[in-house]
Amino acid sequence: MTTPSTLESAGLHEVAVEIGGMPIVLRTGDAEFRALLEKRYAGFVRRPGAAAFALDVDVVRPDRQICEEEDLEVWNDDGLWRLERGDFQAEWDPRVGQGRLAQGVSPYAIDSVLRIVHSLIQAQAGGFLLHGASAIRNGKAFLFSGVSGAGKTTISSLIPNDGVLLTDEISYVRRDGEAYRACGTPFAGELARLGENASAPIARLFFLAKGGENRIEPLETPDALRMLLRNILFFADDPELVKMVFRSACDFLARVPAFRLTFFPDARVWELIQ
Amino acid sequence: MNEGLMAETYIARSTAIAARVLGGEMMIMSAADSTFFTLNEVATVIWQAADGRTPLSEIVERRICEEFEISPDVAQHDAEEFVNELSQHGILLVSDQPILDSKAGTR
Repeated sequence: MTTPSTLESAGLHEVAVEIGGMPIVLRTGDAEFRALLEKRYAGFVRRPGAAAFALDVDVVRPDRQICEEEDLEVWNDDGLWRLERGDFQAEWDPRVGQGRLAQGVSPYAIDSVLRIVHSLIQAQAGGFLLHGASAIRNGKAFLFSGVSGAGKTTISSLIPNDGVLLTDEISYVRRDGEAYRACGTPFAGELARLGENASAPIARLFFLAKGGENRIEPLETPDALRMLLRNILFFADDPELVKMVFRSACDFLARVPAFRLTFFPDARVWELIQ
Repeated sequence: MNEGLMAETYIARSTAIAARVLGGEMMIMSAADSTFFTLNEVATVIWQAADGRTPLSEIVERRICEEFEISPDVAQHDAEEFVNELSQHGILLVSDQPILDSKAGTR
């Protein structure tokens, strides 16, 4: 995957993880952590190059609590985003696309930080990350959003053989001119299966509910907006961020039709999804 | 019922909100606490008329009563309830004086 370079001979390792077409170079002095990154994000690792975004990762050994506060806190500190949780402490400067992260050896910390950083990047670009599964079929992407237990894992496990799973947990929505694309993510849910690193134009958004029969109903826009906002990954009570996310959600629903999909958990549900 | 509101009330749209007409309905989100509102037709008229300079009583009289054929008492009462609710979330600014520097009018 990578060849020894001047950086490596100086004890630095770089791994470029590209999600949603946005490569973030992760720099670390820890060879073992580099190997962990390459394994965990296998299909999403790119040769490090002139990426617009970079994160310096300081791996703290032996593994220990980094912050006293267990729960995630994200806040804007005069233009600099600060991210803290028990197992990591990070900062991200969106003006230069650079950040720093101190964490233990666990992969969960870098996973969370990548989700947050991508959310912040996409908020400015008109996209968002969504609690939801997504898949490509016949060249079109479909999003399946809902709270825990609504059926994201189930619908993902029922995808026909000619479909491509993008994620069973966190969908990546990118603005693409006047349309939107769903991109694969390595953020796995209960299926514990990485999504494919692929993308396609989004044709439909479904909000999931399990039921005794398969049924698709169009949603009124206010209901769809309320449900969409409830499921967009959102980490900070920052007024400017709230405005950006709201605008992104409105723009998205003006272009992508939203439906409620009630389904009985067997493969026939996919006959309705076109 | 708030006597102050009954006397003379000026309302202005806060800049700390995001709002959009979607599917023919006005949707507003507070940037302060992420509260989400969908406004009906009457509330949308009040919202759009909230320029900080026009008294609420005048908005009710000229826009609500005439356009929707609602009696003045009912319209005034409903308008005050609406204004109170939105002001509690920082979506509308309320004053007994004209609000001249509200930066009202942002979307």
